[in-house]
Amino acid sequence: MANYSTNEFKGGLKIMLDGEPCNILENEYVKPGKGQAFNRVKIRKLISGKVLEKTFRSGESVEGADVMDTELAYLYTDGEFYHFMNNDTFEQIAADEKAVGENVKWLVENDVCTITLWNGAPITVTPPNFVELEITETDPGLKGDTAGTGGKPATLSTGAVVRVPLFVQTGEVIRVDTRSGEYVSRVQK
Amino acid sequence: MQPWQPTTTHSTRVARANLLSTIRDFFDCKHVLEVETPILSVGTVTDEHLEAFETQFLFGSQGKPQSLYLQTSPEYAMKRLLCAQSGAIYQIGKAFRHEDAGRWHNPEFTMLEWYQPGYDHLALMQEVDELLQAVLGTEKGEWLTYQQAFIQHLALDPLTCSNEELNHKMQECRIDIDDVETLSIDSKLQLLFSYCIEPKIGNKTPCFIYHFPASQAALAKLSREDSRVAERFEVYFKGIELANGFHELSEPEEQRSRFEQDNKKRACAGLPTKPIDENFLAALDSGLPQCSGVAMGIDRLLMLKIDAKHIQDVINFPVSRA
Repeated sequence: MANYSTNEFKGGLKIMLDGEPCNILENEYVKPGKGQAFNRVKIRKLISGKVLEKTFRSGESVEGADVMDTELAYLYTDGEFYHFMNNDTFEQIAADEKAVGENVKWLVENDVCTITLWNGAPITVTPPNFVELEITETDPGLKGDTAGTGGKPATLSTGAVVRVPLFVQTGEVIRVDTRSGEYVSRVQK
Repeated sequence: MQPWQPTTTHSTRVARANLLSTIRDFFDCKHVLEVETPILSVGTVTDEHLEAFETQFLFGSQGKPQSLYLQTSPEYAMKRLLCAQSGAIYQIGKAFRHEDAGRWHNPEFTMLEWYQPGYDHLALMQEVDELLQAVLGTEKGEWLTYQQAFIQHLALDPLTCSNEELNHKMQECRIDIDDVETLSIDSKLQLLFSYCIEPKIGNKTPCFIYHFPASQAALAKLSREDSRVAERFEVYFKGIELANGFHELSEPEEQRSRFEQDNKKRACAGLPTKPIDENFLAALDSGLPQCSGVAMGIDRLLMLKIDAKHIQDVINFPVSRA
């Protein structure tokens, strides 16, 4: 993989740091009139998800990370791996539990997810921003309450638990924002 | 936007013209003479952290190609004028630094530089404040010594602290940089200053930081009262380093020795040494009147004036479109 000098730094560039692929979020050139030049960089570690700030001496080089995003449809899990398929080439790829992480609760069959590959292997799985899931269990709630104040917890078919308005019932399909884990609306079947 | 197009708006261009005219009026009223000096020079700065663009002149008097440098500031040439009894002078012109572009940086930029014979740095700081009030409509500036700024905001005395204390403070401030031990003390102080002090000073009114450590004297006299500090100041406003001024060093021997020290530092850092400006040193030999001088970034001043977020908003064709 190519090396990048600090003057090539910009948001979105993937570099290696402490043996982990990282995404540069922000890069600021710091140069006091009479002093040494630095690059102050905000970085997201792609495996741990940690965001940190690092300072480089301007002109320094760092190793690039072979990271790419690909759009793949979720197929199924065999209990150990999660299988995804490229809808154009039908090529399949398996992600482990670590790559899927918390997002396992948003995996819906045939939904197209963003799989981040590092050296060809999946490191993160990002579900679509919105998914539709069936409620498997929720308290019946009060009849006639349509104001939706307060809400109640509802368990979805994937095991995810979200707060829903009181009028939403077991068996209904709802739309959820996976970024915040919040209920958006009911879906007409 | 197409790459041929300017990155500025028409109203920004008008604001620049107005700004320049306010500055010229200010100096006209004070009977400071506008001058011009060459952008190309045989000698250049020796600072370890300042790189000049170098170009080749094929028609030199020696019959062989000669290196000429684009000025990083008009300082040496303007001091030659002062040695020739010019009296108070100012210049608005282009300066060049061979370094990266960024939010506050463009390798080619507009600089205002002026000199006041008979002034010490404190008197000039007063005048800089007056100019800022005239141009930006700011209130009277706040003054802090370099030492006070560190003690107030970091509880660290920059003049007496040990290297270990500095490393510890860097860690405490979460400044994460590899091989911190290879950084000079001044670089560590500058990082702490930019990351932890700059955001806290000069947010309402311009902040004048003065009496820099002697190791960062550049071309300033050392203080007679406290030789640990130099009579150098900088002006910060809303997170921008806006100006740098000196009570000017006038002793030619001391000046030559600082240039030589700089070149030694460059050699140690594996950088090419730079030709010392002998015309400038010869002028100092003939006598530089006691004076203070300051350089101010006009593009940054305009950014503040119109509240621009990036320097390319105030430069018609930044280096990416040069």
